[in-house]
Amino acid sequence: MLDQLLQFLISGITVGSIYALVGLGFAIIYNASDVVNFAQGEFVMIGAMSAVFLVGKGVPYPLAVFCAVTITIMVGFALEKFAIEPARDASVVTTIIITIGASIFLRGAALLIWGKDVYGLPPFTGDRPISVGPATMLPQNLWVIGGTLLSVMAVKFFFDRTLTGKAILACSFNKKAAYLVGINVRKMLLIAYGLSAALGAIAGILIAPITYTSYDAGVMLGLKGFCAAILGGMGSSMGAVAGGLLLGVLETMGAGFISSGYKDAIAFVVILLVLFFRPSGILGKQEADRV
Amino acid sequence: MRLAGFYLFALFTGILPVLFPDSYYVTVVGVTICTNIILAVSLNLLMGYAGQISLGHAAFFGLGAYASAILTTRYSLDPWVAMSIGAVLVGIFSLVLARPILRLKGHYLAMATLGFGIIIHILFVQMDSLTGGPDGMSGIPVLRLFGIPIDSDLKWYVVMASAMLFSIWLSLNIADSRAGRALAAVHGSEAAAQTMGVDTARVKSHVFVFSAVMAALAGSLFAHQQSFVSPESFSFFFSIELVTMVVLGGLASTFGAVFGAIVLSLLPEFLLVFEDFEVIIYGTILMAMMIFLPQGLFVTLSRKLHCMFASRLQGTK
Repeated sequence: MLDQLLQFLISGITVGSIYALVGLGFAIIYNASDVVNFAQGEFVMIGAMSAVFLVGKGVPYPLAVFCAVTITIMVGFALEKFAIEPARDASVVTTIIITIGASIFLRGAALLIWGKDVYGLPPFTGDRPISVGPATMLPQNLWVIGGTLLSVMAVKFFFDRTLTGKAILACSFNKKAAYLVGINVRKMLLIAYGLSAALGAIAGILIAPITYTSYDAGVMLGLKGFCAAILGGMGSSMGAVAGGLLLGVLETMGAGFISSGYKDAIAFVVILLVLFFRPSGILGKQEADRV
Repeated sequence: MRLAGFYLFALFTGILPVLFPDSYYVTVVGVTICTNIILAVSLNLLMGYAGQISLGHAAFFGLGAYASAILTTRYSLDPWVAMSIGAVLVGIFSLVLARPILRLKGHYLAMATLGFGIIIHILFVQMDSLTGGPDGMSGIPVLRLFGIPIDSDLKWYVVMASAMLFSIWLSLNIADSRAGRALAAVHGSEAAAQTMGVDTARVKSHVFVFSAVMAALAGSLFAHQQSFVSPESFSFFFSIELVTMVVLGGLASTFGAVFGAIVLSLLPEFLLVFEDFEVIIYGTILMAMMIFLPQGLFVTLSRKLHCMFASRLQGTK
C-alpha cells in the first residue's frame, strides 16, 4: 500500500510537472493579454513533434531540442501577430473561438506534416530504472521534474529580476499606464507569447519519451493546463504551478486507487468542485465585481 | 410582420423537398442541418440572449440521445415516453446544476461548462454496461407519428424541419417577451438588471434549463433518426462547433444562429474535396471570421443591407 502510494506520487509529480508548465504558460498569456489561449496544448504538441522529427533526421539531440523550442517560439509569435493582435478589442467569447480556431489550424498543419502516427522520443539518458525505496522511477522522470523546476525558476527570475519581465508585468497591470511610461506594449505581448510557447515546447519534449506524442496529443494536455491555471487562481503564475502539481498527483492517485478509465474525469471533477466552492482558486485572491 | 422572416424561412424549408425530393443535400444533409439549427438556437438563448457562455452544450444533446437509446432498447419503452422521461430528467439535472454553475462568469464559466461536458462524455464512454461504451448503441427503434413509422429520409426531413421551425418560432417569441427582455437586461449588466428588480439568478437558471431541455429533445430525435448513438457525436469538439455556429451567425440573433448552423453543417461537405487540408482550412475560416467579423457574419450582413436600404429610401424622398 505504502510503496504503491510512493509509486503513484512519483508518476503524479511527473505528470503534474507537465501540467504545471502548461498552466504556467496559460497564466503568462492570460496576465499579459487577458486571453485564455486554447492553443496552449498545441505548443506542447509542436515542441514534441518537431523534436521527434529532427532527431529522426539525425540532428544531435541537444541541437534538436534547441531547434524544436525555437520553432515553437516562432509559432507563438505568429499566433500573437496574426490571430490575437488583429482582434485586440474582441470579447471573451470571440477570443476563445479565435484561439480554438488557431488550435484547430495548428493541429491540421501537424496532421498534414506528420500524419496520424504516434511517435516516441528516446529518453534523454538511458532507461535503466532507479529504485527509490520500495518504488522505482526512470531517469526521464528526474529529467521532467528537474527540467520543470529549472524552467519555473527561470520564469520567476525573469519576472522578478529582469527589466523585460517587469515591463511585461506592468503591461498586465495596466496597458495604458505601461504605454505611457514608454514600454513597448506590443513587443511585450509578443515576448509573453514566445515565452509561453517555449514553456509548452519544453513540457512536450520532456514528457514525449514517457507518453509518446501525436498530432492530437496537445488537446487534453492543454485542457489540463487550463485546469491547473484555474485551480491555482487564474493569473497567478506560481498558483498555476502548484495547481498543476496537485492536479497531477490527484489524477494519478485517482486512476490508481479508483479507476483508470475515469482518469481524465478526475481533473474536471476537481475543477468543478473548486469552481463551485472557491471560484478564485487555491492561491487566487478574492475579487470584487466592478460595475 | 414581426415574424415575416420566420414565415419566409418556413416557406423556403417547405419548398426545398418539393423541388428536390431526391437531393442528398436536402434529405440527408438537410436533416443534420435541422438538428444543428435546433441546438444552435437553444444555445443562442443562453449565450446570445442571456450572455452566458457554455462550452458543454453537446452534453445535454447527448443525455437526451442516450436517455432515448437506453430506455427504448434496454427497457423497451415507447419512444415518445422515453423522450419525455429523458427531457424531464435533463430538466431536473440542469436545474440542480444551474445555480452553482451560473454564479460563475467569463473564463470560469467557460471552464466549468467545458469540464461538465467532458465529464459527461467520459461517462458515456466508461459506463459500458449501460451505454455500450465507445462502440455506442445500435438498434434504436423507429419513431411513429400518428401511427406512421418515420422510416425514410424524406419523412425525417419533414419531422426534423417541423421541430426546427417550432424551435425558431419559440426562440423568436421568447426574445420578444417579458422574459426575453429580462435576459437582455442580464446580458447588458447583471448589476443593473438586479437593481431594476430582475431576479437575475432565477432568469439565468430558467433559460439554462430551457436550453438544456431543448437540446435533450433534439438528442432524442437524433437518436431515433440515426438509430445509433456513440459518444463521438457528443464530444467537447461538438460543443465547440455549436458555440461557433452561434457566434459565426452573430450572438443574440435567432436567425444568426440558424445561419451559423447552416454554414457550419455545410462546410465539411464542401471541404471534403480538400481531403487532408480540411482541418487546416476549417481552422483558418474560424479564425478569419472571428477576427474580421466579430459581430457575426449574418448580423453584419443584415446590418449592411439595412443601412443600404435606409439610405436608398432617404435618397428617394
